[in-house]
Amino acid sequence: MFPLIERWLKHAAQEVQEYVFLTRRAFHGVFTRPIYRHDIVDQFDLIGAGSLTVVVLSGLFTGAALTSQSGLTLDQFGARPLVGRLVSASMIKELGPVLTALMLTGRIGSGIAAELGSMVVTDQINALRALGTDPVRKLVVPRLLAGLFMAPVLTVISDFIGIVGGWVVARFQLQVSTGVYWSSISKGLYMQDIWMGITKPFVFGFIIVTIACHVGLRTTGGTAGVGKSTTVSVVAGSVAVIAADFFVTQIFFALFY
Amino acid sequence: MDTSTISANLQQILDEAGAPVIVFDKVQLAFDDKVVLRDLSFTLLKGHTKIILGASGSGKSTALKIITGLLKADAGIVWVNGQRVDQLSEEEMMAVRVDLGMIFQEGALFDSLTVRENVGYKLYEETDMALDEIDKRVEEVLGFIGLGEHIDKMPSELSGGQRRRVAIARAMAFKPRILLYDEATTGLDPITATTVDEEIIKLRDLENVSSIVVTHQLRDAFYVATHMARREANGQVHVVQATPEKEREAEFIMLKDGLIIFEGDADALRASRDPYIREFLS
Repeated sequence: MFPLIERWLKHAAQEVQEYVFLTRRAFHGVFTRPIYRHDIVDQFDLIGAGSLTVVVLSGLFTGAALTSQSGLTLDQFGARPLVGRLVSASMIKELGPVLTALMLTGRIGSGIAAELGSMVVTDQINALRALGTDPVRKLVVPRLLAGLFMAPVLTVISDFIGIVGGWVVARFQLQVSTGVYWSSISKGLYMQDIWMGITKPFVFGFIIVTIACHVGLRTTGGTAGVGKSTTVSVVAGSVAVIAADFFVTQIFFALFY
Repeated sequence: MDTSTISANLQQILDEAGAPVIVFDKVQLAFDDKVVLRDLSFTLLKGHTKIILGASGSGKSTALKIITGLLKADAGIVWVNGQRVDQLSEEEMMAVRVDLGMIFQEGALFDSLTVRENVGYKLYEETDMALDEIDKRVEEVLGFIGLGEHIDKMPSELSGGQRRRVAIARAMAFKPRILLYDEATTGLDPITATTVDEEIIKLRDLENVSSIVVTHQLRDAFYVATHMARREANGQVHVVQATPEKEREAEFIMLKDGLIIFEGDADALRASRDPYIREFLS
């Protein structure tokens, strides 16, 4: 029993160590030459523009469903006109960042892990190194930058679309007037909420991309290994996003509320 | 003596025919409990070919990966082009790799890039060469290996043999003086394998590239060792039977369980009475 636990702990410690090394090398690569500009632009397009549809749709239906549910609950207190405040606070502080991150984990995290994993098992990563290219600079840095900067942009879009979805339900199902809905939103939002909603996706974007790159680059075992890496990337990324959400929220509450 | 003088002297030595370009001195490597290389020592001379034979898992490919710095040896010393590389960091190895080309098993072409982008990869991404110069070099190299008409295809559109030859083109595009072939003909039919062998021979004899050929395909190993390339007066290149002097420039190494059990030329290998070698050759 103990050797099994010891082996598991050693493996876990090694994974954490490799993850930290990769992250450090990636950040070093962000600020030093060579910079692969074409790859950075490609990744911004792939991660940003490529994820727009899924983020818009998930934001729209989340906002609509949330408004519908909240309307019923608020009715019990005669507070239906405050539905806009509840929806905006929930979307901007929690649901927008977390759901966008989970969507990105499914779409981007799995894609990165599968792509890098395939490159590892077909020796393309070794070929890159043999040709004098640092795979971290060429593959990880562009994805990291795109994840860091596009996750917040996508989250803001998701938040806005979610609030619009909420307005549609508030206006046509709950019969809350447009003016009441939007004024409730502006009255109920504080600057700290906006900061929290903007900060979280930076953290989530970082987590999703670095976990996916780490898992992808450590793929072993051929095509079966690629499938395993893809699954691990999505599962670990999703859990890490939800855990990070809790800790970032606690830090914000401690510092700004 | 200042370092520039040392460097100039070293370059002078390396420029001489028969200079040692790769030296392995008692190299050892193990993965956990599995010992891959026990005590590997050999020297590759400039313009010569070292053919490493051995069964799967005998440590052949591992030796190549140690030369390029893709793996680090546990013990022993490795010299490449007069530079000790066994203790260099990944960043420091980049300078050594400028003069090293490696052809991987299955080619390891970048599947999202065209043949042109694959072949010119290093020149496009890692040098300041003008684009039209790079294109010219890529066309020249693809012409050399006879794949000029496939320049805009994707690797998935090529046959296995064509992919290996594109991999050779990619490795030679930046004119390295040392080429390492890792099972370049494994899985190919004999006719296609011969075309790959002939590229290896042409690079060695016409471009003066020193090479290490790792294989367990005896037919290809002997073909490379016993043939030479000759450019005729009309510019045409022919691969012909090698002269005895040329044959001696190709040396065989037989690995077994990470140890060298034979080192010598093609004739000595054929004449060996070692039971394992006899079985391997039969």
